[in-house]
Amino acid sequence: MPRRTMIEAIRDAMDVSMGRDDKVVVFGEDVGFFGGVFRCTQGLQAKYGKSRCFDAPINESGIVGSAIGMAAYGLKPCVEIQFADYMYPAYDQLTQEAARLRYRSNGDFTCPIVVRMPTGGGIFGGQTHSQSPEALFTHVSGLKTVVPSNPHDAKGLLIAAIEDPDPVIFLEPKRLYNGPFDGHHDRPVTPWSKHALGEVADGHYTVPLGKAAIRRPGSAVTVLAYGTMVYVAQAAVEETGIDAEIIDLRTLLPLDLDAIVASVKKTGRCVIVHEATLTSGFGAELSALVQENCFYHLEAPVARVAGWDTPYPHAQEWDYFPGPARVGRALLETMGA
Amino acid sequence: MADAGMLRFHVPEPEVRPGGTPDFSNVPIPKAGSVPRPDIDVDPRTIRDYAFSIIRVLNRNGEAVGPWAGLLSSDELLAGLRHMMTLRTFDARMQMAQRQGKTSFYMQHLGEEAVACAFRKALAPGDMNFPTYRQAGLLIADGYPMVTMMNQIYSNEADPLKGRQLPIMYSSKEHGFFSISGNLATQYIQAVGWAMASAISNDSKIAAAWIGDGSTAESDFHSALVFASTYKAPVVLNVVNNQWAISTFQGIARGGSGTFAARGLGFGIPSLRVDGNDYLAVHAVAKWAAERARSNLGPTLVEYVTYRAGAHSSSDDPSAYRPKTESDAWPLGDPIVRLKNHLIQLGIWSDERHAQAEAEILDTVIAAQKEAESHGTLHAGGKPSTRDMFEGLYAEMPPHLRRQRQQAGV
Repeated sequence: MPRRTMIEAIRDAMDVSMGRDDKVVVFGEDVGFFGGVFRCTQGLQAKYGKSRCFDAPINESGIVGSAIGMAAYGLKPCVEIQFADYMYPAYDQLTQEAARLRYRSNGDFTCPIVVRMPTGGGIFGGQTHSQSPEALFTHVSGLKTVVPSNPHDAKGLLIAAIEDPDPVIFLEPKRLYNGPFDGHHDRPVTPWSKHALGEVADGHYTVPLGKAAIRRPGSAVTVLAYGTMVYVAQAAVEETGIDAEIIDLRTLLPLDLDAIVASVKKTGRCVIVHEATLTSGFGAELSALVQENCFYHLEAPVARVAGWDTPYPHAQEWDYFPGPARVGRALLETMGA
Repeated sequence: MADAGMLRFHVPEPEVRPGGTPDFSNVPIPKAGSVPRPDIDVDPRTIRDYAFSIIRVLNRNGEAVGPWAGLLSSDELLAGLRHMMTLRTFDARMQMAQRQGKTSFYMQHLGEEAVACAFRKALAPGDMNFPTYRQAGLLIADGYPMVTMMNQIYSNEADPLKGRQLPIMYSSKEHGFFSISGNLATQYIQAVGWAMASAISNDSKIAAAWIGDGSTAESDFHSALVFASTYKAPVVLNVVNNQWAISTFQGIARGGSGTFAARGLGFGIPSLRVDGNDYLAVHAVAKWAAERARSNLGPTLVEYVTYRAGAHSSSDDPSAYRPKTESDAWPLGDPIVRLKNHLIQLGIWSDERHAQAEAEILDTVIAAQKEAESHGTLHAGGKPSTRDMFEGLYAEMPPHLRRQRQQAGV
């Protein structure tokens, strides 16, 4: 099976979708001729023409707002916000319009759009190239929120998102674009070509939204993670030697609660890991759900390892990023060690 | 360099406040028929002065004059008058229904009836409007059932939007009327996107965007003009300048700009101003702009100069911020009276027939209201089910919502 980076897998997902359905259009800042600042749309304009893949003015509200209008017409726009940190001007359109269009019109109009945005830190991106705003989307009724962690899933989830009849926020951890990253910034990064999940089938396939994946079966503690933190958790588990079960949530909303509950009921313990800031982060929702659904099975408090409640700093990158050492400590504490 | 002294902060004020004498002498009103009608493929740079004038057809004697006249048949004009009268009667009844506690909220169109009613007749089937909350004339003029509008206002068991939306936030794809949102200006850029989609699909349909004077200050107004200009989207960008944004006079949004139409010039968009109380002028300009869009010549910005004669909404009291008699002083008059006088001047209408039509329309609206009220009002009779609250958010209900619906016991 061919090996692809996450960038190539995402590009392939759009290529496959555009080839299958001429209603799929792709646009955003630098997305057209240049092929995107991360190369995710390279070659699409040449292959499908300027009316299917084109450059947009620097105006996030305009990009999302026009995509909503296109969706109301009957197209399936898959648009890009260059960095998740720059989605805020579009937040009105995403939360008040895209999320509610089906509901407020009782299905008279719908909004099958995908909004791709590179997310997450670990790249010395500083305050406005590192944010993880997923909780600002999961809090919004009517949106779906997806965070892939590997090329295979990225392609399958993106095709599923494009085919989904509802608006999907597709957060791409840019730290994972070229290879998995476990937080050991002092070690060389391995490319996706050396990773099993870098195997990406040609052609059309989907990974269903709302289904988690168990990355490592275990019996001692459940780790809930997504995006880059899946690999950080794996490193922490290897380094502590704890028999943890690592669940990659993949979709945050709709959430695969059944997979989470089954695992925590088995292990009796739960550690939640995300890059986003702690307070009111998505981990708070996960923690509450685990507590509500697994209370009588819990043998330790649910732990959360997250970014500190500060803007994402530049020089202090590795003091901020929740690396394997911090996750490992949380695992040991949860085990009572 | 000379000493400029201390800086002083500038906040625009309307000419007159409550207690003062209304004065619109500073509003220049060109004579009817004085503005030429350019070809639709005109170079926008050659008609920049249109953004500072006012296209008018009906003169003081009720005659249709000048190059923008003569597009509508007698039957079309009579129908236009009926649409405007129906909207005004509908408004009055629904305003009263709100006062009677049958619904929570209403917004009238008083004085602005010509804008949406006449515009609708310039569109073709399949075109899509992206209206604000003050363009119900688009629905009335397109024959959308008044009973359905009232069902939505009453949030009753027959409400097509299942009680989820505030009154008057209608939606009808079938009638080219995009779902209204409470968030101002959002639909302006969506209209441009819809038009882009039509062009991408090599379709022949066009979009119409709607915004008020106050909301032009929102950033999505700018977004829409940038996108419409960049992609030459087949869209008519309508600005309804009714002088007031709740209590805020238009100068707060317009600032030092000559007019709202002038905003379009910087984007290279042909921009026209039209007498918003002149049914014939509104229709003629709308048709010109629609033809431009349909001919792939790109967007047009149209500013409708009108006056919000009623309160902003059923929750508003304009006497707190403007003279009570200001609407009487408005120099462009009343759109219904002006079209009525034109039809009388044409010899196809009379005061007697007008009074008779008023009575007929009132009967029709009351009959519709009775029918709607048989399906319930906000606090009495039939209403949408609690189950409806959970439905229709996603195409397929996700598990967490199913659990919440069960918890709600429905």
